[in-house]
Amino acid sequence: MATNKTIRTLRPADFEPLGDQSSAPLLVRPSRSYWQDAWGRLKANKRALVSLYIIIALMIFTFIGPLVWRVDPALQDIDQISIAPGADRRAIVVEPFEAWDGLSGAEGSGFRLVGEPTTQSVRLKWDVMPAAEAYRLYRNIYPPQSLFALGLPLLETNNNQQTAYEDRLDLSPKTYYYSIAALDELGQLTGDYDTLTADVTRVITVNEVRSRGLVENPDALQPGDQVMLKWHPLGTDYLGRDMLARLMAGARVSLFIGLLAPLMFVTFGVLYGATAGFLSGRVDSVMMRFADFVVALPFLLFMILFQVVFGIGPGESGIIPMLIALVILSWPATARLVRGQILQIREEAYVSAARLLGASHNYLILRHMIPNTLGVILVTLTFAVPTAIFTEAFLSFIGMGVAPPTASWGSMSNEGLKTMLTHPHELIFPALMISITVLAFNLLGDGLRDALDAKMRSSE
Amino acid sequence: MWMYTFKRLIQGVITVWFIATATFFGMHNVPGDPLSGERAANETIRANLEARYGLDRPLIEQYGIFMRNMLRGDFGISYTQQNREVNDIIREHFPVSATLGVLAVLFAALGGILWGALTALYRNRLPDYIIMFLVILGISVPSFVFAGIGQLTLVNLNDALGFSVLPVAGWGTVAHMLLPALVLGLGTMAYMTRLMRSSMLEVMSSDYIRTAKAKGLSPTRIFTRHQLRNAVLPVITVLGPAIAAITTGGFVVELVFAIPGLGRYFVQAVQQLDYTVIMGTTVFYGSFLVFMVIVVDLVYGWIDPRVRLQ
Repeated sequence: MATNKTIRTLRPADFEPLGDQSSAPLLVRPSRSYWQDAWGRLKANKRALVSLYIIIALMIFTFIGPLVWRVDPALQDIDQISIAPGADRRAIVVEPFEAWDGLSGAEGSGFRLVGEPTTQSVRLKWDVMPAAEAYRLYRNIYPPQSLFALGLPLLETNNNQQTAYEDRLDLSPKTYYYSIAALDELGQLTGDYDTLTADVTRVITVNEVRSRGLVENPDALQPGDQVMLKWHPLGTDYLGRDMLARLMAGARVSLFIGLLAPLMFVTFGVLYGATAGFLSGRVDSVMMRFADFVVALPFLLFMILFQVVFGIGPGESGIIPMLIALVILSWPATARLVRGQILQIREEAYVSAARLLGASHNYLILRHMIPNTLGVILVTLTFAVPTAIFTEAFLSFIGMGVAPPTASWGSMSNEGLKTMLTHPHELIFPALMISITVLAFNLLGDGLRDALDAKMRSSE
Repeated sequence: MWMYTFKRLIQGVITVWFIATATFFGMHNVPGDPLSGERAANETIRANLEARYGLDRPLIEQYGIFMRNMLRGDFGISYTQQNREVNDIIREHFPVSATLGVLAVLFAALGGILWGALTALYRNRLPDYIIMFLVILGISVPSFVFAGIGQLTLVNLNDALGFSVLPVAGWGTVAHMLLPALVLGLGTMAYMTRLMRSSMLEVMSSDYIRTAKAKGLSPTRIFTRHQLRNAVLPVITVLGPAIAAITTGGFVVELVFAIPGLGRYFVQAVQQLDYTVIMGTTVFYGSFLVFMVIVVDLVYGWIDPRVRLQ
């Protein structure tokens, strides 16, 4: 009988268990979780990464900045009002101010300066004009072109004998154009006028140097010495407050609202939407109808109304009312989104599979629902931050948000807009801060959405 | 279709009622009232004024009166502006806001669709980068900054040229409207450009475009008949909320450019707690916005036959 060679006779050893050998293919790369994968994708996105660095820098500026730059944002430097960054801050030490009698040192003829024009005072003297019954003195910051554009009237006399004036009105170191115009007996301009130019220099008295602690040893100073006034790296605002310190203080307010409000309303929206999605049916439709109502409210109108309803009392900053109003009005978008996600996930095959395998409710929520909605929530959160910052800035700008003197970027822009034509830096810096922050959060949001949503990645 | 429209209108009415009620009770719970201030010199005058305006009655009765008058379209007389009817205020100042808003929406929609289509066509080439950079800027810079910068540029331009190219502020002629409308529309334009770009890219990679190309249609015809038409749909849906945002968001622009629009009156009324003006403007704006959203939804169903309204 021929034996079939391919059939081996079985031995007892063949019935031994196989042991630890696995038939699964060997993993070539280490397995990566969803979040590791997303982080990798985010890191590959240069714009998002740069935005992340900008946001970190912003946090440092906001929270560590005030520890380094220890200038009180409310402190007024009256010598330096509305100065641009990098402005000349030398001042010459002079004798303390003494009132001028209008006669001493008044040699010469015509319309003339007496002594040096300084920020302490500009002394002016003129001769009696032949046809004049009285005089009117003007100051201008531009060379006057005609009789009717002489500038700010400083003095109007009622006789033609007063021929001297000491200008001490809010002088800053720049060139002024003074004009003296003759008036007739009715007080009308006769057409006769004379103009002179005064280059005002900044001066400071020893007492002021001492009281401001500008130099170590103020008693050694001689008239004519130079001292440096306080340094303001980004200039000062219209009240002489340090811009850098105010930007830092404003950053705290803007970021406080910009981060906390989204955090709160997104949390509430998630809870609300998830509840509606889980319970479904009647409860769901009632809950979502209510959300629809809140969405239908005209947002800005209601923000303004809420500001009044919650009321900003005297001395309050208005930050908390704004926070509450933002939370009350902004949650429905998140709620809708999360509800949609939950409803979708409930119908997914893997959830049914988990149910069949006997997964508990808690397991479904913790392992499937939350991780699968977290990405969407994170993206919503990032995009909500710029919106909240915008809303704060907008409300503060129209004067219904953060109340002065509390600084916020919005209220600073509002103040800056008034002096925009002469001192643009007061508008530019807060505006720049808002723009950069919003830009960074928008780009980060874009990056996060691309990184977390595989569908978005393939289409774009 | 008619059933759907009817249902939406009913919903809209309920929403407006909700808005009116919420505003009414919220407003009356605010400390202070329009009569506190220099007008009420003493108790007697104050009591007389309260009686005249019906403020001495229980709140729920005031609410009833307000509702009855509102149904007749009467919002009463302003408390702070002597003898001026709220309806008159709306009638006089809303057209200004609306003109500005319509112009801004036009800028935003046309600009957004045009720029969005362009960036998609020039994807990952220089025009795309330039426009997308501007778009990011448009989204990130608040409108009051644009307004300020716009004014500054205009002042300098007018100075440099020696004559007035465009007026810097004020209202009246078409020239007054251009810059404010542009400033107001910029943010929305940027947003729409972004939306249009992604929707256009999606359309461009779809099967029917390949079919159209295979049929030998000219690129222009493909662009106008297939790509643009299909890509515009998502942009239209955001038009409703955009109109809402632009018309109510005009406050800042109205403030900066000294435009006598309704927004300015609303802010002023809120500050003075002028109940009737607040109620009038809120209900008016609310109904306007709700109506706009419904219209846009209906238009959407009409443009896109795939959307079945139910």
